[in-house]
Order: sequence, then structure tokens, then C-alpha cells
Amino acid sequence: MIEQTIFYILAATAVIATLLAITEKHPVHAILYLVTSLFSMAVIFYLLMAPLVAAFEVILYAGAIMVLFLFVIMMLDLGHPEKGLSPGWREWLPALALSGISIASLAVAVVSRHATAGAYPVALPIREVALRLFREHGLAVELVSLQLLFALVGALYLGRQRTPSPGLRPPSPSGRGTGGEES
Amino acid sequence: MTAFSLDIALFAAKLGMVFFVILTLAAYLVFAERKILAWVQDRKGPNRVGPFGLLQPLADLIKLLTKEDFVPAAADRWLFYLAPAMAAIPAILIFAVIPFGAPLTIAGRQLPLVVADLNVGLLFFLALSSIAVYGVAIGGWASNSKYSLLGGIRGLAQLISYELSMGLSLVPVVMLSRSFSLTDIVAAQASMPFIVYQPLAFIIFLISITAECKRIPFDLPEAEGELVAGFHSEYSGMRFGLFFVGEYINIIVLGGLATTFFLGGWHGPLLPPVIWFSLKTLAFAFFFIWMRGTLPRLRYDQLMHLGWKLLTPLALVNILATGWWLVLTR
Repeated sequence: MIEQTIFYILAATAVIATLLAITEKHPVHAILYLVTSLFSMAVIFYLLMAPLVAAFEVILYAGAIMVLFLFVIMMLDLGHPEKGLSPGWREWLPALALSGISIASLAVAVVSRHATAGAYPVALPIREVALRLFREHGLAVELVSLQLLFALVGALYLGRQRTPSPGLRPPSPSGRGTGGEES
Repeated sequence: MTAFSLDIALFAAKLGMVFFVILTLAAYLVFAERKILAWVQDRKGPNRVGPFGLLQPLADLIKLLTKEDFVPAAADRWLFYLAPAMAAIPAILIFAVIPFGAPLTIAGRQLPLVVADLNVGLLFFLALSSIAVYGVAIGGWASNSKYSLLGGIRGLAQLISYELSMGLSLVPVVMLSRSFSLTDIVAAQASMPFIVYQPLAFIIFLISITAECKRIPFDLPEAEGELVAGFHSEYSGMRFGLFFVGEYINIIVLGGLATTFFLGGWHGPLLPPVIWFSLKTLAFAFFFIWMRGTLPRLRYDQLMHLGWKLLTPLALVNILATGWWLVLTR
């Protein structure tokens, strides 16, 4: 009973915070609403006996990705909400239609499975989750980690310094090279 | 029904005690810091309020509570109000998973001396410490001041960078204890604390938590010499006090975590477990204060180089070496 009440409070928080994150024009406020939404999602995962997923939801999404978003917004000083750029009905319509379809299919699924309610989630020990992940899906885990490595190497390549720190050198008027094309 | 209410009463008593002890300790840590710094610098330190200046924290509290609650013009009012809480609450929540003593037996039932023994305790700590970033960043941003904004951005970058090496330095601990639960980690160190097997991980963790609680030599977010007071320049009264107390709660909690992960938690000879835990935690607090009296502040690029180019690769190599060692010896 208590768990159900907590669930409904969290679910309402998540939905309202997500709506506000979409409609809020101020980027920093929008990020904080999104963090609130992710946080309540994490606690819902905990209620569903998936503490590992809950922890990762907070560490990865609320704690890493959203922090990076916030960092970029603060660095670029996007603190001033832009007026007159809100999307009109033409832009809203496809999004509304798609979300209507997904909500409708969810409603159909809920109504049709109404008779089999009561399938309560079972707590799975972390040891078992880890063993299953690395024994049965080891190849997939390795592939995903390789992909992350590719992204990392790609980011390093794109962000590399082409010239040995040109910012530190005063521009030379004689044209002896402003950069460092010594080769 | 009475058994249930007894459980609730015991739990509430434990919770109240933890809150009281941590908040009092945080206030007295401020006092201890001023005294120890004075001792380092050959001064007397606060000695006017009460015997040996022992009532100084109380006087400071009254002063902070009666000051004007100032909000700068054009500040983001609500976020400005919320930020100190966002910084202090995660710090005190982390203590929920730290076991601070051996289980007690009261009225025929076991009372574990930990608020919540989560089976993902270690991840809970990492999650909350990554949430604590928001207090600093939002506080700096909402003040609508350049100094605060710079402090907030520095805090953000520093905390993300050092979270990585902190998390990686804990992987060997999990490998040795085969559990995320802090109670299990302490139990695994009953015969030998992990610092003996993992001195490198301990050093990386110690440096990273110093950066996480923004202490000298890593106090760039509030560098007095350059940024006035960094992210909390514009705060006054008890809102500033909350940032301040949050920092000291953080010191206690991170010291307790270092004790739990590497120094065997509450295990120790002769003395009762709670005393051992407090002694080890306070030793870390003393170490932080001592370091503040000794070291100069790092430059920003030195801070980033240390985190990304030294600590993180070292932690990764350490994980690999621990894996080899475990495979070869067990």
C-alpha cells in the first residue's frame, strides 16, 4: 500500500517534470526539471526491485550526462531565454501524433493485460545479474565497450591540437608562420 | 504489533543519533580547523567564547542566523534559495550506507549500526556524490555574478574529472570484497584492511576525495585569491552557513568512506568498534586540515593534468594488476 502511494507520487513527479522540461524556455531550468524526472525514474526502478538500474540511472544520466549539458550551457552562457523561437503548431503536430500513438498503444496494452495483474517483480541478486551479463552476453558487452572506445578515440582525434599551442604565441608580422607548420 | 513499533523506535533513535552526531561534529570540525590552523601558524585561534573558545560554533550559528538573508539583484531567486540545500543534502544522505559499528543486540534483536545496508551501497555513494555537483554549479550560476559563475564552472569541471578516478580507485575494493554492500566490504577486512593490498588505490582515492570536497590544494571553485569566494561569493547568513557546514559534513562522510573502504571500517583491537570508526574518521579530518595548513593551491591546468593524465590511468592500471593478481593467487 505504502509502495503504491510512493509509486504514484513518483510517477506524477516524473510526468510533470518531463512536461515542464519540454515547455520551459530557460535551458538551466529545463535541465533541472529533467534531472528531477530522471531521479524519480531511478526511485521507481528501486521500487521495482532493480537497485542496480536505479544507481546507474542516477550515476550516468542525472550525474554525468546532465552535468555535461549544464557545463556546456554555463560555458556558453546560454542563460538568457530566447523570445519568439517557440515552435508553432506545424512543428508540434508530428510530435503530438507520435506520442499519441505510443500512449494509445500503452493504454491498449494495460487494458488487455488487466486480468493478469499481480505479477510482482522479483529481486535479482546483483551477482546473478553480473554473471548473466558477462557469461551469456559477453560478446555484446565487449562490442559496446569497443564502440565507446571508438567514440573516445574519435573525439580525441577531432579535438587534437594541429599546431603546437598557437594561442600562446604572439602573431608575428613578418609572416614567419603564425602556426607551427615546421614540417 | 509491539515488535514492529519497537523496530520503528529503535530505527528512529538511530537516525536521530546519526543526525545529531554528524551535525554537531561538523560544527566542531570548523572550530577544530580554526584551532589547528592557528597552531600550524603559531597563533592562538578562537579562545574568547566559553572555556578554550569551545562555544565558538554556537556563537557563529547565532551570528549567521541573525544576518540579513541577501539575494543579489537579477539573481535567479528560487535556484539561489535551493542551491545550498542541493549541496548539503547529498553529503548527509551518503552517511546512510556507512556502517559505523558492529551490530548491537538490544532487547533480543539485532540492531545493525548502519542506517540502510543497501546491496548497491557503493554505487549509492557514487550516485549521490555526482548529484552533489549541482549545488555548486547552480549556486554559482544563480548568483548572477561573474566570480560566482567562474567558481561554479570550475567546480563542475573539477568534480566531474575527479569522480572518474574516485570511482575507478574503488573497483579493486569491489574485486577484493566481491560486493557493493559497505557492510560486506567491512566484513571482508576483518583480518586485514585493504590498504595493505591496495596502497595505490588508497592514495588515488584520498587525492580524489580531497578534490571532491574542494579542500586545499584543490579549492579552485572558491579560490579566495582570484574569485573572492567563488561559487558562494554572493551568499550571506545561514545560506552561506549551509554551504559551509555541507563542506564539513562532506569531510566527515568522505573520511568515513575512506575508513570503510581501506582501513577496515570499525574493526580494531581493544577499543569498542564505534570508537575505532570515529578515531579513523577523525584522523582523516585532521589530515585534511593539516594539508590545508601545509600545501599551496594547484593551478587549474595542473589540477586537470593530475586528474586525467595521472590518477585515471594509474587507477586503470591498478585495476588490471589487481585482476591479474586475483587470477594468479586464487
